[in-house]
Amino acid sequence: MWKTILRRMLIMIPEVIILSILVFLLAKAMPGDPFTGSINPKANPAQIAHLMKMNGLDGPWYSQYWNWVVHLFHGNLGNSYQYQEPVTRLIAGRATNTLWLALFTMLLTYAIALPMGVFAGRHEGKLPDTIIRFYTYVTYCIPFFVILVVGIWIFGYVLGWFPTTGSISITASGWLDTIGSRFYHILLPGIMGALFSTVNIVQYLRSEVIDAKHSDYVRTARSKGVPTKDIYRHHIFRNSLLPIAAFAGYSITGLLNGSIFTETIFSYPGMGLLFINSISFRDYTVITALVLIYGILNLLGTLLSDIILSLVDPRIRIQ
Amino acid sequence: MPNKIDQQSSISAADLTRLNQEAQSEATPSTARIIWSEFKADRPAIVALVIIVGFILFVMLASLFIDTPRMMETNIMNYFNPPFSAQDWLGADSAGRSIAQQLIVGSRNSIGIALGLTVISSTFGIAWGLISGYFNGYVDWGMQRVYDFMMMLPMLMIIIVLVTIIPHYNAITLTLIFSLFYWEGTSRLIRSRTLAEADKDYVAASITSGTNQWKIIFSQIMPNISSLIIVDTTLSFAENIGVETGLSFLGFGLPSQTPSLGTLIANANDPNNITQYWWTWLPAALEIIVLCLSISYIGQVLRRAADASQRQGLTS
Repeated sequence: MWKTILRRMLIMIPEVIILSILVFLLAKAMPGDPFTGSINPKANPAQIAHLMKMNGLDGPWYSQYWNWVVHLFHGNLGNSYQYQEPVTRLIAGRATNTLWLALFTMLLTYAIALPMGVFAGRHEGKLPDTIIRFYTYVTYCIPFFVILVVGIWIFGYVLGWFPTTGSISITASGWLDTIGSRFYHILLPGIMGALFSTVNIVQYLRSEVIDAKHSDYVRTARSKGVPTKDIYRHHIFRNSLLPIAAFAGYSITGLLNGSIFTETIFSYPGMGLLFINSISFRDYTVITALVLIYGILNLLGTLLSDIILSLVDPRIRIQ
Repeated sequence: MPNKIDQQSSISAADLTRLNQEAQSEATPSTARIIWSEFKADRPAIVALVIIVGFILFVMLASLFIDTPRMMETNIMNYFNPPFSAQDWLGADSAGRSIAQQLIVGSRNSIGIALGLTVISSTFGIAWGLISGYFNGYVDWGMQRVYDFMMMLPMLMIIIVLVTIIPHYNAITLTLIFSLFYWEGTSRLIRSRTLAEADKDYVAASITSGTNQWKIIFSQIMPNISSLIIVDTTLSFAENIGVETGLSFLGFGLPSQTPSLGTLIANANDPNNITQYWWTWLPAALEIIVLCLSISYIGQVLRRAADASQRQGLTS
């Protein structure tokens, strides 16, 4: 068990190193340098050149890379050109917004998908199953951003039920009001994100339930006289829950990719919107930091999923 | 002396034809016939197929008659022409450009890129999956690590960064950039199927009789998983429509002078457009929804055809 986890973590190390080299080279390919963020009318070129030398940015790329990594470990990611503040502080402010939205979406996804999957599996081949399968098919194949645009149009503009921009209303004051307003702003993107990312969980749970229906332990429970409702709730559902929990890690990738669309469409000030803004302002220090953070988050997500899966499924461990 | 054997045979000519017919009717039907009967059994599938093929043909042909540079010229007289008018039957956008014409040219561009992307990334993904699945051991291990690494990359971000770094790009470079990142799903699917297939007896027999490994992979294993390949390619075509349009929507796909379904939907980013001038973006959004639903529906039918237990048409 521990050996699997350890090996899995060891594989991560070269991946992170390659990712950082890739990000560094991409940053090098972009015009500008880490001091673009501190350029102001008072700075002169000689000063910048001196700063470059001081920070070891005039050497060959591998020594520059090494310096960059050392800075990285000191939490120094440079200054943002657009916002004139340290990148770490800027991103920390935005990350909480993205985090809340992602967390809400994920909880809602599970809240919708778990009962649906069990229900579809229980009534396999009947009308509810057909309807749920049709729903997953529709949500699976329509591109996410199209749905978001149509959704914000109907529920945000035409019906006017939800706010269409920002993460908090300007008039919100006081502790309760603030939280309420924040929640109100993530409600629509969260619901839409959740409704359109249930496919994997529903399909997996459905086939698990269908398999379990014919297994020995369910037959034993039935012959003991356990009510059908309890068989599904306690026996089958409990057994399928852990592999489903493992999906949480993998879904981080989807949520992060989706956050770029969600936040752009809803003008929600999170990391995704920050990325798009930084690209249009050519704010390279921010871009580099964000790509690195998203990559590492993806990596941790898959690590989490793999660990849960290897806990649950011994076949993965043997390999 | 074949004639003599024929004469000695106790089977009459009539019996022979009857036996032949019986054998033919009991033989496994060809893939094409299974697919066709599956379509016949499912009316909506035929509708979807007609919509897709008809629409693609229409768009390809109609766009030949549209002069794109002239279409993209600003014409202030037509500023937000409402739809269903005599001049522009789908209205015009803020620059007075006809939405209907943009829709046709944009569809051609978007579908063309999606097709190109599907061909390139599927070919690569299939080859990757076959090789990785067939050569177990170190080759597979190494290829799996590359796969893991690609999965970890924040794809969308890296593509956006690449698009901003590259000074001049067009539809072809864009397709190539996308192809770098969208082969993983296919490769994983093909790999897991190849792993199972490589354990079968016919592969072992081929290896013992000394067949070239590449021949085993590409002319023996690949035809045997062809149904899976067809299904996966269809489904990834539907997905790939979302890839280019999504990036164009964000403003990092096709350049703004080249219309795409995504740039049309991007009109909705303006709060005025999204409510007042709905015709600038809604047709494109609906078109993408219909296209993706139809293509995936065809994919579902093909999947049923590939899996004997789910077939609704021929059941033998």
